[in-house]
Amino acid sequence: MSSRSERPLSAAGERALLALPLLALLAVAAPRSRARELQAAPVQSTLTARDIAAATAFHGRVLRVCADPNNLPFSNARGEGIENHLAELVAREIGATVQYEWWAQRRGFIRSTIKADLCDVVMGVPTSFDMLLTTRPYYRSTYVFVTKRDAPYRITSFDDPRLRRLRIGVQLIGDDYANAPPSHALSKRGIIDNVRGYTVYGDYAETDPPARIIDAVAKGDVDVAVAWGPLAGYFAAREPARLALTPVTPQIELPYLPFVFDISMGVRRGDVFLRDELDGVLVRRRASIDSLLQSFGVPRVDRPAAPNVS
Amino acid sequence: MLASRASNRNVLRRVVQTATSSVRHRAWRHAASLRGRLVTLAILAATLSLAACLRESSDDRPTKGVVAAAAASASGVPVIAPGATTSDDGQWLMPQKDYANSRYSSLAEITPENAKNLKLAFTFSTGILRGHEAGPLVVNKTMYIVTPFPNYLYALDLTKEGAPMKWRYDPKPAASAQGVACCDVVNRGAVYYDGKIIYNTLDAHTVAVDANDGHEVWNTKVGDINLGESVTMAPLVAKGKVFVGNSGGEFGVRGWVVALDAGSGKIAWRAYNTGPDSEVKIGPAFKPFYEQDKGKDLGVKTWPGDAWRTGGATAWGWLAYDPELDLLYYGTGNPGPWNPQQRPGDNKWTSGIFARRPDDGTAVWFYQWSYHDMFDYDGINEQTLLDMQIGGRTRKVLVRAERNGYVYVLDRQTGEVLSATPFGFVNSSKGVDLKTGRLIYSTDKEPELGKVTRNICPSSPGMKDWQPTAYSPRTGYLYIPHQNLCMDHEAVEANYIAGTPYVGMIVKMTAGPGGNRGVFQAWDIVNRKEVWSIPEKFPVWSGTVVTAGDVAFYGTMDGWFKAVNAKTGDVLWKFKTGSGIIGQPITYRGPDGHQYVAIMDGVGGWSGAIVAGGIDPRDSTAALGFVNAMKDLPAATTKGGMLYVFSL
Repeated sequence: MSSRSERPLSAAGERALLALPLLALLAVAAPRSRARELQAAPVQSTLTARDIAAATAFHGRVLRVCADPNNLPFSNARGEGIENHLAELVAREIGATVQYEWWAQRRGFIRSTIKADLCDVVMGVPTSFDMLLTTRPYYRSTYVFVTKRDAPYRITSFDDPRLRRLRIGVQLIGDDYANAPPSHALSKRGIIDNVRGYTVYGDYAETDPPARIIDAVAKGDVDVAVAWGPLAGYFAAREPARLALTPVTPQIELPYLPFVFDISMGVRRGDVFLRDELDGVLVRRRASIDSLLQSFGVPRVDRPAAPNVS
Repeated sequence: MLASRASNRNVLRRVVQTATSSVRHRAWRHAASLRGRLVTLAILAATLSLAACLRESSDDRPTKGVVAAAAASASGVPVIAPGATTSDDGQWLMPQKDYANSRYSSLAEITPENAKNLKLAFTFSTGILRGHEAGPLVVNKTMYIVTPFPNYLYALDLTKEGAPMKWRYDPKPAASAQGVACCDVVNRGAVYYDGKIIYNTLDAHTVAVDANDGHEVWNTKVGDINLGESVTMAPLVAKGKVFVGNSGGEFGVRGWVVALDAGSGKIAWRAYNTGPDSEVKIGPAFKPFYEQDKGKDLGVKTWPGDAWRTGGATAWGWLAYDPELDLLYYGTGNPGPWNPQQRPGDNKWTSGIFARRPDDGTAVWFYQWSYHDMFDYDGINEQTLLDMQIGGRTRKVLVRAERNGYVYVLDRQTGEVLSATPFGFVNSSKGVDLKTGRLIYSTDKEPELGKVTRNICPSSPGMKDWQPTAYSPRTGYLYIPHQNLCMDHEAVEANYIAGTPYVGMIVKMTAGPGGNRGVFQAWDIVNRKEVWSIPEKFPVWSGTVVTAGDVAFYGTMDGWFKAVNAKTGDVLWKFKTGSGIIGQPITYRGPDGHQYVAIMDGVGGWSGAIVAGGIDPRDSTAALGFVNAMKDLPAATTKGGMLYVFSL
């Protein structure tokens, strides 16, 4: 296993160049240092993951996973989500069985679950999520415009003037007045009155509450929705109407608003051992994970190892 | 409000790494060492200023105004609204003591002279370790305590030595409510009415329990946790109806107040705080004082599109009732969950106050403390109903120490603002225009995603949050437990909710001018100025009570329960509790005829989440940035949940 600071550049290495001006812009606003984290790079273990897996499986090792019981395509209590499948794959690989702690993924999720020691891993968080120690990313996706396939318009950019008159659906989060990036991109352009919000929480008594925004496109309640790729890809494929997904541009709106995110697994800070173990699985089983993501219709903007839909 | 948000460790890393996972580490190291030097300088500066503050403000000593105290307590002090007060001072029947929200007791056995002799009479552990914000009730020689989730109700027998438990009632709230509730899983108390103890559970039920034997009389579901609604507030009962409001504005909930029949638990009416007039119960009887509040369906028109449907304006604070005017008063929460730029307009009826008829909910007037709120200034604080002389005539007023930093005096018949005076350092606004009733925002403090804005005062919890004041008609002072916090909005951080990645503002709260994060303050209502104040290290998140013995009580988050001379602010006595205090003290006459004072400890709530929620102090933006201001709290206190009762 490679330590964190020795990781190979991903397919998007060249994009780092693009981001350097952004880095310079934000450096002023970021007084805190990452030096400590870099110095705390994990000591290399001489044991291989397989050794550990073999040793621990004997004792009935359990991989404790905190997950939302009603949040497809990511997870549900029936084990049907991307993250359920990934948890099973990871557990098999490290010689463990999955044990879930179910909790609605809302504000306080991290605090109430993994930070309260109810589980050891959260299967999906942004790679740069600071509350947890994150693994290497296993996919990068993007916000997408969702329209009917037979609509006379195909939106690719927030600067498309047609967005001023189309009815637009966006995901609503409500975190001290922060919202999903599309909402900010639209309000910044003064596109307000024709925007409708769909809370990501929805009505939790319903099945798949986050699907409502995609339903709205299929039903014609909105002309276009802007939603996070994995969610859009999964639900769009299940709508009776044929829907089209188009990645938004730009990928990052300067100076601060990204629409593409890397996704990792997260463990408690300090749980370097488990993080490294998971990193190992991500490397070894990359092709399987890519296939899994493909089967869920996750729009990718990184380069999967296995052949994938573009 | 504990978001699962990241700490601020590295702002640019988030955005950059988010988009491009592979930045070369040499560049990082270089940037890191540069920033490291800046951090060292910042720490040095902070240490120096903290040292200066410590020199200036030694604990327990009033800062000023002792002379003014003597002068102000002459005649002409406001009286508690006569119809809204109670003479039953032996008991404590509702959370705020009376309909006027005075938290004043005429008991006078404990005085500034003898308070030093206060001793522990008995204690009781609730067995729960989350934030205890409720105060006890005392009825028929029995004390009742409501705990945070899972919302047990305990009855203690005051006639027996050590006040042993008579019974415990368990409402069995839905476990999933924990994941839904914002800001710790607190409960702010119960009310006694007609042989029943009535209170709300986190999963949005209102329950009535037989005060004698603890059996459930009725249990009514008033909200839907599946929509993000929870209930943490203490109900008020008037005219045979129980009034309850919801929490959850951050989750896209639409605020309401519901009235239940106290006998049966049946819902009599529900009034929404956003939306069309018919649902807000605005009709011909609605006569707001200011022009901006007049017009049809403003609860729809002051929002873009149908944003009002998820607009917040929850009612999780305090209600008051004036029987003479037959008006019910309550405040509304902040607008949500849109970012302010995506909801231009006043966003009615958020962050304001309604006066309604208790019989059917008809709205009579409304006033908006913070229109188009940008700072999370919920308008849910308590309003104290007083009658006072202004310009030679008696005005029926309500006094409100509001989250936006002003003590408002409103005509409670009309909603006219008679005065609005800052009671601490405010720079997010420049005052209130008394002609229009409008708050005058400071344009340079408007938060915007990605824009760095420093030193916004007060911070999101406001100058004062839910923690209730007390008013003494003997001194004419309002006793205000509150915060002294400012906040920085520092660029952005990666975050993730229900599978939706986004960037949020990094909000960091810090101590306001003076360096003390809390204040216990005596405010002269007539002369609109501070009389004395006691700086506290941590926010004063407890309620208070004041007595005819001229003693006021409050607690601190590091676990000191204090008795203070209500006239001078001298600390007369203090007791160290096991956990920090965010509860509400009460006083009552025991079966032995003597005066007792009771308080619950159990740190938590928004301010104390770092302890109750076990948050890593490095997560400085956790609890919406509150954790940044509370990093030393875990070293000062630990979790708890204990009742303490004192007497001479």
